[in-house]
Amino acid sequence: MSDDGSDRSPSESSTDSGAPTDGAPGTESADRMDRARGALDGLRDRTATFDALLILGAMIGLYGLFAIIGTVLGYPLNGVVALVREVTFFTAVYALVVLALNLHWGYAGLFNIGVAGFMAVGAYAFGILAGAPTGSPPGLGLPIAVAVPGAMLAAALVGLVAALPALRLKADYLAIVTIAIAEIIRLALASRVLKPVTGGGGGFGNFPKNPVRGIFYAGSGTDRTAVGAAVLDAAEGVGVTNPEVVIDLAYTLLVVGIVALTYVLLVRIGNSPFGRVLKAIREDELVAESLGKDTRVFKIKAFMVGCALMGLAGIAWQVYGLGGGNVNPTNNFLPQLTFYIFIALIIGGAGSNTGSVLGGAMFAGLLFLLPNYVPRVVEQFVTITARPNTFIDAVAPLASLEVMPFLGYALGNIDQLRFVFVGALLVYLVQRRPEGLLGHRKETASTIDLSERGRPGDRRGTERGRPAADGGAGAGGGEPDE
Amino acid sequence: MGVRDGYSRARRALGDRSTALAVAVVGGLLALDLLRRLFTGMVAPGQVATYLWTGLVIGLIYGLAGIGLSLTYSILSFANFAHGDHVTAGAFSGWAVAYAIAGSGAAELGSRLLVQASPGQVGASIVSTPLAILAGLLAAMVLAVALALVMDRLVYKPMRGAEGISLLIASVGVAFALRYLLAFVFGTNSRGVTASVPRYTIGGLVVNAHEITLAATALALMLGVHLLLQRTKLGKAMRAMADNEDLARVTGIPTERVIRWTWIVGGGLAGAAGYLVVLKTGTISYSFGWVLLLLIFAAVILGGIGSVYGAMAGGVIIGLTENVALVWLRGPYSDFTLPVAFGLMILILLVRPSGLFGGVTTA
Repeated sequence: MSDDGSDRSPSESSTDSGAPTDGAPGTESADRMDRARGALDGLRDRTATFDALLILGAMIGLYGLFAIIGTVLGYPLNGVVALVREVTFFTAVYALVVLALNLHWGYAGLFNIGVAGFMAVGAYAFGILAGAPTGSPPGLGLPIAVAVPGAMLAAALVGLVAALPALRLKADYLAIVTIAIAEIIRLALASRVLKPVTGGGGGFGNFPKNPVRGIFYAGSGTDRTAVGAAVLDAAEGVGVTNPEVVIDLAYTLLVVGIVALTYVLLVRIGNSPFGRVLKAIREDELVAESLGKDTRVFKIKAFMVGCALMGLAGIAWQVYGLGGGNVNPTNNFLPQLTFYIFIALIIGGAGSNTGSVLGGAMFAGLLFLLPNYVPRVVEQFVTITARPNTFIDAVAPLASLEVMPFLGYALGNIDQLRFVFVGALLVYLVQRRPEGLLGHRKETASTIDLSERGRPGDRRGTERGRPAADGGAGAGGGEPDE
Repeated sequence: MGVRDGYSRARRALGDRSTALAVAVVGGLLALDLLRRLFTGMVAPGQVATYLWTGLVIGLIYGLAGIGLSLTYSILSFANFAHGDHVTAGAFSGWAVAYAIAGSGAAELGSRLLVQASPGQVGASIVSTPLAILAGLLAAMVLAVALALVMDRLVYKPMRGAEGISLLIASVGVAFALRYLLAFVFGTNSRGVTASVPRYTIGGLVVNAHEITLAATALALMLGVHLLLQRTKLGKAMRAMADNEDLARVTGIPTERVIRWTWIVGGGLAGAAGYLVVLKTGTISYSFGWVLLLLIFAAVILGGIGSVYGAMAGGVIIGLTENVALVWLRGPYSDFTLPVAFGLMILILLVRPSGLFGGVTTA
């Protein structure tokens, strides 16, 4: 079932008030539990539909926005399709990493800010495993189907090495350790010592060509395969004449497929006994430990799974997604990348998988891509008469109420302004809406809602922290975990 | 239960001690190897002296900037990821003022205020324009203090008492906003700032006037912090808050005022550190403080989070490690100096999370 598990809004939760309280008479209790389960299943289906609609709605909104931008800029159909593809691609890759990070932070409460490092491990391990032995730097020449799992395993193992000692640290210490590890990885990959293996500061470029291209073109030439000919001709028929746009689109669809599989995997993990223990750890590690759970093992496993997914994202995003087929430690894996992903997670709401996808879409579409197009769209409507080179030249005319120089300067430096806005937004979210878009649906550790009890007088745990502690007990006592 | 608990505690203590022992043994061996290399002529004494001097100078910067980070960590209980950008902000504001004074007539005011005028034209250095350099230092500190207070009012004050992680995330937001605001105002290019100054050779060690200025200023500021903490009532209150906030509040210490002073001291020192590091390296760019941040964290963790003196000492140790490591990391291996410093930080966090000077807080 691909729903977001047991998240419910408080208004709906009164339906499953049949929690197995200790003192309830046997038959009546069983009866009530059955009814509650039925209600719960119905609810899950409803949330699943709702989530699907939510993501669909968000994507349609983004597509509409970018289609308008493309039209305003007078793009041909090729260009509009390429624009829509770009939005889809960045949404998908952000969603993929944010989902992985949500497993760490939203589920297990592990504050990992070394995401870029684990992505780098995945990308480089993939290159070394799959690269041509004759290329430079030489690879092992393994097929992609072997190299991708191998790279994910490598990222997971690096995650294990990082996690084994670090997980006993407090959250903020873990943050510092993970960002330091990511920097050590990045600097080591860039070092002259490892240059024969990693390509050093110049980056690694010996990747096999994008497998999706192989569907359309035979060999390395321009001869179209049967599928390629059929699809490309059909695309030309509807007016998409640039084959590169079609190939990029096909690759993007592959990444969307990967995201969908990851989503299903993570929802299943979240609803499994394993996931409930993770949530119990996030809410109160001591309680989980008291119930006999070896919390370190759970945390390490979750950390490794998340790191493997980050490694996969390193391949899908940095290797094949950004065009050149070359990754560079100083361009592709800077610590900033980690923070973009974190911001996307916080926008979406830590603890919710649907929120992770939504956060990825919102960050990628509105904060990452949109500002690139704002200057040109504005110029369609306003004629920019002055483009000063310095801030002072831009601000000084404001004294005589001339706004144009400042506007010109701001549009020319929209890259910087975007991150000022992102920073301010992050502060705003933490202050006013720490749960993000969907974080209020953060799943508690229990399978059933414990925030409401049968009798009104018997209300317990309406506070956020309380049902968690109870839930840990419910999960541990009610069903055989692990 | 009690027995098992005692047993596991004993084992943990023993484990801690054995790792600490291993670290000490490795450190001792490295020191012996350094002596061997010196005596066999594998490395020139002048070279080692240069490493030590450079390490000390940059280490004082880490220490100076680390004091603020350590204070916010102990008194406000969060890791301030915006601290590096406070360092940059101080540097830019200080150099804008220094340039405005130093290069009057040499270049137009606008380009000087944005620290974009050519360093050759402005000719700012401690030898030729000492007053401008001093005024810049003061401006760096004053403006960094103002910035820290504004940020506290806007961002951290509404969140007083929130979890450390929420504050940490907010500080990441501040870091982004601040860094790119600086980039928006001052531009994204990295440029030279100072004019060249005379060098002095003392027995194989080459020292320049800016390094001496930096070391002297940093030591004076550290002495000032020491006097503030030990001799004033405010210092006592700050130490009390760092040790136990609730107890401090119960005793009637005005916590909000102590917090304000924490930002004033920490922000001012961060600004000074940023200004001085530009004086030494001679270049400025909008992201240099962010790059320094992890090393400042390393200094603070090494000295023990919350300890002001630990931050000073930790800074010097990190600076020395980073530079003396070059004795072993030769040629292409010199790319690993930063990883070594970060590795040392991780090792300390794992082996001795309370820092080298173990749990001694600001006292």
